[in-house]
Amino acid sequence: MVKLKNYNVVLKQFVLILTFALLLSCGEKKYFVTKIEGKKISIENSVTESTEIENFVKPYRESIDKDLSQVLSFAPETLDKTGTWQTPIGNFLSDITLEKTQPIFEKRENKSIDICLLNHGGIRSIIPSGNVTSRTAYEIMPFENTTIVVGLKAEQIEEIVSYIISEKKPHPLSGMSFTIDKNNNPTSILVNNKPLEKNKIYYVVTSDYLVNGGDNMTFFQKGVEKYNLDYKLRNVLIDYFKTNKEIKANTNIRINKE
Amino acid sequence: MKRREFIEKTALSSALIGLGGISLPSFTTLEKKQITILHTNDVHSYIDPFPTNHPKNPNLGGVARRAAIIENIRKENQNVLLLDAGDIFQGTPYFNYYGGELEFKLMSMMKYDIATIGNHDFDNGIDGLFAQLPNASFEFVNANYDFKNTILNGIIKPYKIINKGGIKVGVFGLGIQLEGLVDKNNYKETIYNNPLEIAQDLSRILKEEKKCDLIICLSHLGYQYKNDEQKISDLKLASLTKNIDLIIGGHTHTFLDKPTVVKNSEGKDVIVNQVGCYGLNLGKIDFFFDNDKSKIAEGKSIVI
Repeated sequence: MVKLKNYNVVLKQFVLILTFALLLSCGEKKYFVTKIEGKKISIENSVTESTEIENFVKPYRESIDKDLSQVLSFAPETLDKTGTWQTPIGNFLSDITLEKTQPIFEKRENKSIDICLLNHGGIRSIIPSGNVTSRTAYEIMPFENTTIVVGLKAEQIEEIVSYIISEKKPHPLSGMSFTIDKNNNPTSILVNNKPLEKNKIYYVVTSDYLVNGGDNMTFFQKGVEKYNLDYKLRNVLIDYFKTNKEIKANTNIRINKE
Repeated sequence: MKRREFIEKTALSSALIGLGGISLPSFTTLEKKQITILHTNDVHSYIDPFPTNHPKNPNLGGVARRAAIIENIRKENQNVLLLDAGDIFQGTPYFNYYGGELEFKLMSMMKYDIATIGNHDFDNGIDGLFAQLPNASFEFVNANYDFKNTILNGIIKPYKIINKGGIKVGVFGLGIQLEGLVDKNNYKETIYNNPLEIAQDLSRILKEEKKCDLIICLSHLGYQYKNDEQKISDLKLASLTKNIDLIIGGHTHTFLDKPTVVKNSEGKDVIVNQVGCYGLNLGKIDFFFDNDKSKIAEGKSIVI
């Protein structure tokens, strides 16, 4: 009898907890998955456009179009990204980058660029056959990357070669060539058709992205000299289009696999 | 479109059957529910359809068409979640001219719910991404980038829980290693943490603590790396975790004919999907739910 009061409290609490628990389990219905259906919907031209979206985009598009649609040049054949060790567009891009940056570097530094190395992944589109506009340049090189010349020792040029062999990617390369033998080892590394000289500094033009460690091209960080040309890769393309009536890729082999 | 189908029966865990022991018949109102997950990845500022003379994708893609498709799906089912797995930015002059403003505004008009951050979303620097956020009515999730020493501190949440018609959906984001991929000047002091550990931890929290009915991982890790077994990918993530129902991926621009079904660490099915790039496709995954416990034993069927 002594502790009857307390007993009542405990009982009340027990009933409360029980009610609460019941309410909770009834409030939290457990759902489980019985069926999953998955499909891919292609966005094709048969779909009627949303006029609201189209009208919203229109002024943006027109403003850009005015700027970009001007025809600058002509490509008789498509320059694409096919190839194991070199591609038409990679050859083109590295060749014209070397060509367009060379006079700037010579004038500023009184030295000349030996090699151009870019990255395959940085080429974001191809040049389809037909008219070439500055829009083409934006599609190939949408990034705001700028050109940088790095002075590298012969040792780092060898590192470039091993990097390319291990990466197995057709990174755009101009000004140098080498052969990969049957054992996957490099032979006859040539810069400007000459073998590597131990104590020479080689000037390599590339993009700021790669100099800052992009695509793990760490050899650029061992550079002994560095010159920012303040010349965007996209503008290299646009300037080349403007000054050349026909766009064609050099097909000469830079990397030869035995 | 070819639609290959296969049905897979899976026995559900005994834990759920165990729950059936507490019988509360008076409370049981049997209900079926459907959640439609729509998703894109690596749209890369492709707003207009490809030109008609494009050698690879002639007259394909386009935001105005995608918006119309999404609108039609919403008419059929109100429980739609619209997600993007990153790399919204970079690829057309729309980005170069307007810095992502139009991309975010259009995604807001289409009522995207959640997106995650891809490596290219740092292309105008972390400040460039921050500056465009007011144009996005949707939210970004990422759980393995530590933004504490950046301008995005407190803005990007690790996960978001959305209640869609009574179904609790937990969505968390994972991003790829930035070092060597993104210029340090762009990602600044963002710290990359191990996505696998984060996913293991977070999926448990979402399942057990937050009681989510459906757990989705929005990933920009990439579908698979055949030449680099060590590198974390969506397929690896799926097999090494539990509690995740769906991984929506990006980064590798992988065009899958149909979603991939992977067994997780408990032997349960995880759906992994990715729809290529440039807004050429829209992924659609429908989850059908039931609270009729008698159906648990029948297992779930996957029709893809």
